[in-house]
Formats: sequence, C-alpha cells, structure tokens
Amino acid sequence: MPDGFPALTLVPKASAPQTAKDFKSDQEVRWCPGCGDYAILAAVQSFLPELGLAKENICFISGIGCSSRFPYYLDTYGMHSIHGRAPAIATGLATTRRDLSVWVVTGDGDALSIGGNHLIHALRRNVNLKILLFNNRIYGLTKGQYSPTSETGKITKSTPMGSLDAPFNPLSLAVGAEATFVARTIDSDRKHLTSVLRAAAEHQGTALVEIYQNCNIFNDGAFDALKDPETREHALIRLEHGQPVRFGPDGGQGVFRDPVTGALGTAPVTGANADRVLVHDAHAADPSTAFALTRLADPDTLHHTPIGVLRSVQRPVYDTLMADQLEAATAKQGPGDLDALLTGSDTWTVA
Amino acid sequence: MTSQVHVPTQTDESSPGTPPPGGAADDEAAGGGPAGAAAADADALSATVTAERDKPVRRLDRVVIRFAGDSGDGMQLTGDRFTTETAGFGNDLSTLPNFPAEIRAPAGTLPGVSSFQLHFADHDILTPGDAPDVLVAMNPAALKANLGDVPRGAQVIVNTDEFTKRALAKVGYGADPLADGTLSGYAVHPVPLTTLTVEALKESGLARKDAERAKNMFALGLLSWLYHRPTEGTERFLRTKFAKKPEIAEANVAAFRAGWNYGETTEDFAVSYEVAPASAAFAPGRYRNISGNLALAYGLVAASKQSGLPLFLGSYPITPASDILHELSKHKNFGVRTFQAEDEIAGIGAALGAAFGGALGVTTTSGPGVALKSEAIGLAVSLELPLVIVDVQRGGPSTGLPTKTEQADLLQAMYGRNGESPVPVVAPATAGECFTAALEAARIALTYRTPVFLLSDGYLANGSEPWRIPEQEELPDLRPEFATAPNRPDGSFWPYLRDPETLARPWAVPGTAGLEHRIGGIEKQDGSGSISYDPANHDLMVRTRQAKIDGITVPDLEVEDPGGRAGLLVLGWGSTYGPITAAVRRVRAAGGRVAQAHLRHLNPFPANLGKILAEYERVLVPEMNLGQLTQLLRARYLVDVRSLTQVTGLPFKSGQLADAITTHLEGDHA
Repeated sequence: MPDGFPALTLVPKASAPQTAKDFKSDQEVRWCPGCGDYAILAAVQSFLPELGLAKENICFISGIGCSSRFPYYLDTYGMHSIHGRAPAIATGLATTRRDLSVWVVTGDGDALSIGGNHLIHALRRNVNLKILLFNNRIYGLTKGQYSPTSETGKITKSTPMGSLDAPFNPLSLAVGAEATFVARTIDSDRKHLTSVLRAAAEHQGTALVEIYQNCNIFNDGAFDALKDPETREHALIRLEHGQPVRFGPDGGQGVFRDPVTGALGTAPVTGANADRVLVHDAHAADPSTAFALTRLADPDTLHHTPIGVLRSVQRPVYDTLMADQLEAATAKQGPGDLDALLTGSDTWTVA
Repeated sequence: MTSQVHVPTQTDESSPGTPPPGGAADDEAAGGGPAGAAAADADALSATVTAERDKPVRRLDRVVIRFAGDSGDGMQLTGDRFTTETAGFGNDLSTLPNFPAEIRAPAGTLPGVSSFQLHFADHDILTPGDAPDVLVAMNPAALKANLGDVPRGAQVIVNTDEFTKRALAKVGYGADPLADGTLSGYAVHPVPLTTLTVEALKESGLARKDAERAKNMFALGLLSWLYHRPTEGTERFLRTKFAKKPEIAEANVAAFRAGWNYGETTEDFAVSYEVAPASAAFAPGRYRNISGNLALAYGLVAASKQSGLPLFLGSYPITPASDILHELSKHKNFGVRTFQAEDEIAGIGAALGAAFGGALGVTTTSGPGVALKSEAIGLAVSLELPLVIVDVQRGGPSTGLPTKTEQADLLQAMYGRNGESPVPVVAPATAGECFTAALEAARIALTYRTPVFLLSDGYLANGSEPWRIPEQEELPDLRPEFATAPNRPDGSFWPYLRDPETLARPWAVPGTAGLEHRIGGIEKQDGSGSISYDPANHDLMVRTRQAKIDGITVPDLEVEDPGGRAGLLVLGWGSTYGPITAAVRRVRAAGGRVAQAHLRHLNPFPANLGKILAEYERVLVPEMNLGQLTQLLRARYLVDVRSLTQVTGLPFKSGQLADAITTHLEGDHA
C-alpha cells in the first residue's frame, strides 16, 4: 500500500492488481437512465483498485434512498440498511473491525433529514468512516418531494405553493459538527471526484464528501450552473491546499476576507489586491475559514461554489481510542478472568 | 435462594394476623426446619436465649426491614450495606429498592421518599416480603408514605429530630403522629438520630451539616446491632468508598459504631434478634449476592467468553437499564466495547453493525427505547444477524414510571414491528437468573442468526438475592460456525442458503475472501439473497422466517404439582416467580392443591405447553400488565386462561396472590 493511505494501514492488501471490473457485482443496476449515480458508481469502481486493498475487507453501508442502492452494485461486503441509520451501523462495524475499510453511502434526505442525528455524531466522534453524501436536493425514491437541501420556495408534489423551510448547507453543518474532513465534488467531473475520494481515503477519521448529483427525473439541471461550460468558470471555485483561491476566466476573480466581519467574499483580482487573495489552508486547526468557505456559494444560484477539500485536520480517531482503552485496561488489569469477575469480593461457601 | 423448587412439608401456616415484633408473619411459610413454625406465636417462636450480650437475644426465622427516608438520606446505600452484611452472614434474602425518578425531589415531601426493603431468613425465601416488620422512618414524609404498609405490632424506628412543625405540615400531618396516638398500635422507638449522630461526631471537626449526613450510618449501626449483623465489611466499605476523604470515612465509621452502641446501651431496645444462616436453603457451592442488572451484565460477558466473540454493547442511558452499560464499561480487559450512542436507534444500529462484522452485538434499554429501536429490530429480522436486545421493563406507556417495575412490554417485544417480524423472547424469573437468561439469549441469537429479546424488569434489575457462582464447566459452549467457503457448486456464495435443521443462514463476516455479499432490508430471493419482489418468493420468505423462530429448541416447561392432582395451574413468567411461588406455598400449606409452572421462553413457547394447559381444569396467569401472556395463550391454545393482573409499579404481594389463588381454587370464580 502506498504511504498515502495511513487510515488503511490495518486493512489487508490485495494479493494481485485489481481493476474496476473486480468491483462490479452481478446485480443489474436499477437507477433511472441518465441518473448522476451511474457516474459516481463508475468513478468509485475505478478508484477502489487504487487503494490496493483486499476487496473482502471493504464494506459499503447505506441507508434508504436512490443512492443507498449503491452497495448492491459493488462486489464487496455491503449492507443496505434503514433510513438514516447507516452512520450508526457503520460505527459499530468500524469500531469492532479496524481491519476493514468502511464506507457510507447516503443522500440528502437520508443523511440530513431522518438521519441528521447520526451524521453529526459520527462526525464529532471521528470514526474511521468515509461518508459519501449524494446531494441531489430532492427526494427521488419517494418521487419528488423537497429535501432538506432544496432551495426555499421549491415547488414539489408536497409543496405546491413552494417549500417554506430554509435549507441546510451540508458542509456548514459538518464543520459545525466538528468534522475533521469536509469536501465537495460533482458527479460529472470524474477526475475531480476521484481526487476527492483519494483525499478522503487518505484521511484518518470521518470524511464527509458531498457529491452534487443530478436527479434527471425530479430535479434535472439542479447543478447546471456548475456544469455548463458557459457558466461554470464563473460559478465554480476549485480549492487547492496552499494555493491562492482564484477562479473565473484566467483566474481573474479571487476570494478575499472582509477585514471587518471576517467573512469571505469574491472580487476581481487587481494588482493592488493580489497579495490579499485568500490562500487555502485545508489543514488550519481553526475552522473559521473553512466555515466561511462553506458560506461562499449563493444557495439559490450556486454561484461561487467551492469544490475540493475544504477542511482536513488531524484529531484522534474514535475506533483507535477505543482500541487503546481496551489495550490499556488489559495491560493494567490483565486479560479478563471470568471466574474472578463472577466471584467478586464478597462470597461465602456452602459445603 | 429462589432458584430451587421447594416442596413444603407441613401445612401449619399461621393466618396473617398481628406479627410479633421483628418476626415476619405476613408471607412465605417455610417448609420444614426451624422456619416451619413461621410466626405461629411470637413468644413461643422467639425463645429467649442467652448470648454474650448483656441484653436478651431472641431467635427469629425471618425479618422484613424497610429503610425509608428522603431521596438525599442515603437509604439505598444503607439498604445495600445491610444486604451485603446479611448475605455475608449466610441468610437467604431478597430486596426491593423503591425510589422516585427525580434525583433529588424536594426535600421532606412525599414524592421525595426513597425506600429499601429487605427480607432475610434462616431458610429459602422468594420475595422481599409483603409487609415490613421494622420500618425505619428518617422523616415524617417517610413515615406517612410507608406506614400504610406496616402491620400493627411492627417496630417503627423514627428519627424524632426531623419531626418539626414545618416538616409535619409539609406532608399534611396536622398533629405530631408520634404524640397523637397514630402509632399506638406499633412498637415505636423514637430516636433522635440526627442529634445523636452530630453528638457522636463532635470531635470529628466536621461542620454540623456534614456530620448530619452520616445519620444513615447511625441508623445502619443501630439495625446492625438489633439483628446481629457483622460490621467489619461495612467499616471496610466506608474506608474504601471515602479513601480520598479519610475524615469523612472516619466520621461515617464513627456514626455507624455510635448507632451500634446506642442499641447496646439504651433501654429503649430491650432485646436483639438473631436470624440464623440459611444453611439448608442453599445447595453446596460458592455464593455471592447479586442484583439482576449485575447478573445480566456478567451473563453477557460470559456469553462473549463462551462464544469467543468480542462483546459490543450499543446503548443509550435509560432507567432502569443504565447500570448494565455502566457495568460492562468496566470490563474492557475482556475485550468488551461499550458505545454510548447518540440515541436508542444508534445504539441498536451500532450493535447490528458490529454483529455484521462478527461481534456479539447487544443493545440494552427499557420500553420507550424498544419503541425507538423497532425499525432496526425489523432490519435485524430481515438481515438474519444475531443480536441481543435487553429490555429492562418499567411502568408505561410513554415515560410512565421510570423507576418502577412492570411486565407490559411483552406484546411490544412479540409484535411491535411492521410486517411479519418474529423475534424470540426469553425472560429470567429471578435476579440471579438474569445471568443464565443472557447466555440463553446469546445461544438462540447465535444459533439461529436472529435478534432475541431478553425481558427483564425494574424489580429484577435492582433487587438482589444470593446467587451460586457457576463453575466455568457449567457454562454452555456458544461458539458459532462462520461461513468460510462458497456454498454453491459453481463456487459462488449464497448468503440465504439455509441450514436445513435450524433454518439459520450462513454468517459470513467481512474479511472472508470469496464470500463478498450484500444484504439489506428489502425482500430477498430465497437462497441467493438478491433483491426480489416476486410474490411467491415473499410468501415463502415470510413463512420461512416464521418457521425458523417457531423451530427454535427450548426446554420443556416443568410443572410443580406435588400431589399430581391439582385442578388449578398457576402459570407465570418473568419476575413474578418469587411472589407466585411464595403464594403457592402458602396455599398448599393451608391445604390447597395447586400446581405451578413458570415460563422462561415466551417465543417460541415450550413444545409441551399446550399439553400442560389442557391437563388442568383451570389456569390462572398473574401478570404485572393487563393480561398480555393470557392473550397469547388464549390465541395460541384456545384455552380459557384466567388473568390476574396488577399494574402498580410494584411486585405482587404474595399474601394477596395467595388469597386470589384460593378464590380461584374454590372453583367458579369468573
């Protein structure tokens, strides 16, 4: 295994080189034709061989929703569980089996609505899980109701006069929930998607990857602003650690910090302000700038959407800490002696 | 010692009348031995014997003591210590802690009263006793809340210092019950416990307020003198508990000794009482005192050891189950992982995830938590993975009575899920049996690859009794067989290809090469486990899952029917075992012919249950719910089972049960 995957050092390696084909299961893929999920599946299947892991030590756990059918199509161990609970189930698996590479596949309804509680607690615990959140800003499997990431005023089957609730910003939520790794990518950009998957796999602890995913049936074109060659240059901000955050044609636009409020905003880069363009530091311990980056995009138009790794910091991993406690207890008390435990300190004998 | 079948040999049970001071007369005639004369006559029974003490000593066969005080008075600790002393002395015993859900309810009020009842004897007993022979009331609220349970003639020890005008008014006493004749039928011992404690500690340097807090140890010392309890253990306990605050430790020891000496010197206590060890009640072996929750936690550790699987507990704190989480979290050196989840659902979810990975997955909760876990239990039914769900039942519905006991989750355990979702149910009968029930739940879960309910309750959880420590070789072998190789001629692996005998599916854990597979909550094709919406396949899968649970091997039900001619069978389940058995003994002692049986398996029922029910003219089922087992039995066996129910949050009293059984014995009770 390359040194690049410290989170996977306990996972056995593959005995022979693998290809994407090795990760295709015998199940017929049943997403709607044109669904963004196909592209993500293909990207994941192509990426997994790069990890070089024994595929029997890879597990995909999902909840309920279109995206949650994902595990059926991968020839690894997998569980298609119940709505919203995948992070909890994966936590139990990852903490007892540190020799596994555990992935969670979820959607905006699954992760942020019914399963919101499990998501935030998995993030704060920093269990060694990689969570792929397919965000299509709509409920697909139940046929088109608005989701917690739908824009306010969304007209859907359940909101004929427009939805009333303000949406979640998943990455703001993740940073607020003490996530150690927060990234965003887009279903249609295979190269970028793969680079983010790689960064997530390298991360020790919980990684949250939001993948903007098109639902061509119920919310088609939701991310067109970020995909259309005519708009994307103005709309997309590609983050790279250590690089000034510039975007637009020829990098003519930049991200600047407002010296008064500390918030981030965009402005044309000029000779006078070029040295004040924000330099992206994904590893900054303080989450303020990462949070500010999550707030850059306009929630309605998606203009100024950063993609890439917003935050990647080191914090002790829950399953490692738990294993350490077991070891420390055994070192201190010796391996468990059942008879001594049952006997306790106050006993008497009847002859 | 409630795990042994006890056949009474004599029938001279006294009628429950005025008990002698300190001699239980309300409950549980003992069969044979010195206890056979149970309270026939106070003076005849308690022969005055000469002891090393200056004062006369009487011998009793059994005593019921209730300590009652404010939530902050340390009554549970006092009761625990007296229990430990008593267990170490070799008496049989049974306890009933009873406390409010509030951590510190308003001081001096009736809702804030906390009590601890202990029944101990020189023979085999089964319940914490119907009524106290001795009530220790630390304040007017404790007196008022408990006096109704205390029969006339019993001893009442009151802390007179707390009987101030204000405290009396707070609980609605218009006049001082110590002076107005309220207690004229009792043997009252007015003791200024607070003053005496403060006096005893005046050299300690403690502030008055701190010194007062040791008054429960003064009371414990006094009662320890009164009943000849050993004291070394308590002194050792106090010095360990307060090791970091030696001055507090010494103050408590001093208060404890002062209480003892007060009994020895004051004229108010003219006699003390001995209750001999219950040597005949116990089979040979090593014993300890154990509560249900502790036994359950140990049972889970033992199940882990016997199965060779690491134990993973996913749990969310909830009364009265939290102590299992606390206990298991201490045993990390056994490889036990405890995960305090963000909610009940995550608790079971994580346990199920761990089970998928090959661990012994367990979740512990109470009724409201089961409601939240229902969907995940259904998933476990569909995934066919082993999982143990412990429900320490409490009063419901909703939040209900968090600290009180009830058996009203039986139907929830049986049916509280969407779809046809059968789950095996086991229920321990005594605190000690919680240990074997945990092993049994694990056996069924691991053998049949299914979630299993273990129904304990608040009474078993917090009550305690002497328990024979099992030897390693008595424990069952629970090692499961994991799938390690493909199970199809073409070299593929089908995750739902079943064992023809148990109908269990193979358990192939991640990390096993060549057996990669996907499972989920969607209906699966029989065998291959692929998603299937085929109507005939769904029908087959639903029936197969049911057949798997119906086919679980459980031991036959044993009936205790000494004469073999009884017309009435009393059938119970769970924690009612003690009160029912005590009541049945009473009825038999009075000449009644009654058979008794107790279910430890509620799903599936023992194979011989239908036959047994048919053999008896009448079947009576006492339950702490509105007749849930009765409903199951009637539906399943078309037998006109009679129901006897109580939902007070407290266990049945055996005296009342005996009366009810007698009524049903007489024939035409509807």
